[in-house]
Amino acid sequence: MTPASAAGAPSAPAAPKSRRSVTGTRKAVAALFLLPALVLLGALVVYPIGYSLVRSFYDQSGDGFAGFDNYRALFTDDGIRTALKNNVIWVVFAPTVATALGLIFAVLTERVRWGTAFKLVVFMPMAISMLAAGIIFRLVYDQDPDKGVANAVWVGVHDTFAQSSAFPKAHPGRESPLRAAGGGAFITKEPVRTGQVVTLPLVGVAPDLMPDDAERAVAARPEDGKITGTTWQDFTRGKGVGKLGGVDASELGYAGMKIEAVKDGKVVASTTAAGDGTFTLPAAADGAQLRLPADNFKEPYNGLDWLGPSLVTPAIIGSYVWMWAGFAMVLIAAGLAGVPRELLEAARVDGANEWQVFRRVTVPLLAPVLAVVTVTLMINVLKIFDLVFIIAPGSSQDDANVLALELYRKGFSEDRPGVASAISVFLLLLVIPVMWFNIRRLRREVRR
Amino acid sequence: MTADASSLTKAAPEPRAGTAGAGRRSLGSRLAEGVSGGLVRVFLIVVGLFWLVPTIGLLLSSLRTPEDMAASGWWKVFTEPSRLTFGAYEELLKNDDITTSLVNTVLITVPATVLVVVIGSLAGYAFAWMEFPGRDWWFLGVVGLLVVPVQVALIPIAELFGEIGLFGSILGVILFHVGFGLPFAVFLLRNFFAEIPRELLEAARLDGAGELRLFARVVMPLGGPAIASLGIFQFLWVWNDMLVALIFSDSGSQPITVALQTQVRQFGNNIDVLAPGAFISMVIPLAVFFAFQRQFVSGVMAGAVK
Repeated sequence: MTPASAAGAPSAPAAPKSRRSVTGTRKAVAALFLLPALVLLGALVVYPIGYSLVRSFYDQSGDGFAGFDNYRALFTDDGIRTALKNNVIWVVFAPTVATALGLIFAVLTERVRWGTAFKLVVFMPMAISMLAAGIIFRLVYDQDPDKGVANAVWVGVHDTFAQSSAFPKAHPGRESPLRAAGGGAFITKEPVRTGQVVTLPLVGVAPDLMPDDAERAVAARPEDGKITGTTWQDFTRGKGVGKLGGVDASELGYAGMKIEAVKDGKVVASTTAAGDGTFTLPAAADGAQLRLPADNFKEPYNGLDWLGPSLVTPAIIGSYVWMWAGFAMVLIAAGLAGVPRELLEAARVDGANEWQVFRRVTVPLLAPVLAVVTVTLMINVLKIFDLVFIIAPGSSQDDANVLALELYRKGFSEDRPGVASAISVFLLLLVIPVMWFNIRRLRREVRR
Repeated sequence: MTADASSLTKAAPEPRAGTAGAGRRSLGSRLAEGVSGGLVRVFLIVVGLFWLVPTIGLLLSSLRTPEDMAASGWWKVFTEPSRLTFGAYEELLKNDDITTSLVNTVLITVPATVLVVVIGSLAGYAFAWMEFPGRDWWFLGVVGLLVVPVQVALIPIAELFGEIGLFGSILGVILFHVGFGLPFAVFLLRNFFAEIPRELLEAARLDGAGELRLFARVVMPLGGPAIASLGIFQFLWVWNDMLVALIFSDSGSQPITVALQTQVRQFGNNIDVLAPGAFISMVIPLAVFFAFQRQFVSGVMAGAVK
């Protein structure tokens, strides 16, 4: 990039006649116009490339020649290897997911009148910083389902389909007729008989965790040919146990507690307690032991550990897609506007359904746009830094590591500039095909 | 006759949602279309919510007291809207670190944008309309620099700035942003300026305008749309940057992104700083986004290769 070599290049494309200078400018004037840009580019972009290249072959102090040692570290250093692996995951998934969503959004928004409003909403995250997006998603991914909206939704969905447990931490109190049956279940010490009234008192459920439909517990009445009983919280805050093993007026029934009658290891009958804690079992349960199965007492489901070691990278990719799907959508929508409607209509007239039109006509016609969008996002993802730096908590940052982050760590906190330079040269090598493609395409245009 | 034919072919592809063909189609297919149209709407509404909720969450979190934030999720505000407060914002604006860094953000962003536009226009004009040896090769060289990752320059420039005393200064951050903003600026503006009709420039030349006047009075005004796109893109790029400032600024010259980043480590304890801080840092970009949608979109679309 010295003036001599560029000016002396033998096969410089001929200056197109049509854009010959209108002013007959002297070369000195041209040089003045170009000087600020070329000096800054030379000092801030070109020189660093050369410097990094040279630096990557020297050791960490910069004094000794190190050959390819720094590059070998790319494949032996644990931190860099994790970063490489994660970068591959990023480059494969983030651009494809964002492009696929962009395509779907672009096609579907054409069918609604408020498509522009929708596009505005999805494109908006492009305007904000990755730092702000990072903070936004730290909030979203908060582990506590009472704070993080991701887990709030996830737990909500989970509990809709899987029965949530009602009585975590409930356990028998003193002199209880119940004993632990293993696996978190409780079982009566003695078998029960028809006509008998069974009491199944437990303690330990925090008042605010009692089911909403729990009513004041009622002692059951004996019934012929049946087993009746009550299961309730034998404890009231401020009043203690009252009469131990007896139903006191202030105590609440375990509404919804599941009860099984077990005879010889087999469940012969089962029921669920009413709001006041009473239950009734048929004669079949005669001689069985009553068991309160373990799923009454499971810890409540707490959602996913989004920012834990195993999910952190997919979670951050999710936030990236949130930011960049809008970019893909807008570019693809622009491409879609250029697709001749006649082609789509012709396919429909020929009897193709919407899916076939999409699959066989729209997507092939959009292929060049889709390729440009995907490649652009890939270059972008290669250098991903801010989102990982902000969203991954300290405890899982090693698991979420990417090359740009590792470069920052090696270069600026571990003081290993040789290795950091090797990473930067590696990143540069990865974008060179795109650089070459850009130049080739423009060379044709410049010559025109 | 030809007019008739063209209007017909124009009309044919127009019918949306199959209204023209409805007479021929069976009730079943029309029903299926209605259902799928409804599904499309529901799907897009759900997706729109997915995109809106995270930002709304940040906004509402910033309007709650730290005690409320520690106790429950932001969606609880819908049951007790009276508990919303601007207290966190008031506290934040009393925090010198934050206010200084907001000023720094402006002090970095405005010059970095103006310089890129001016220097990029000068070079773009020279590449488009001046004659000098190897012009197109030089230009291709600049285009090649478009995709160079900023990461390549972090260590070398940190050492360079350290030697010449720019490390930790606002000027250093500005210079770095100008350097990496220029390839795109030159590329965009050269292509735009090259489309200016030759006659316009010649007419101005005949009126006796010199090179500088030609540039200032004819080329720059005509380049308005491209300059607007470039300016907005560069402005947002620099405003939103964290990495460059993280390395090249110090505690006195750091912009808002870096000031907030230092708080992230204690995430959870200081959400009352982070949430309003992040929202304040988003206000200007969002205002720019809504005010200049068209230029914003074209700028982002042209410049995303960075």
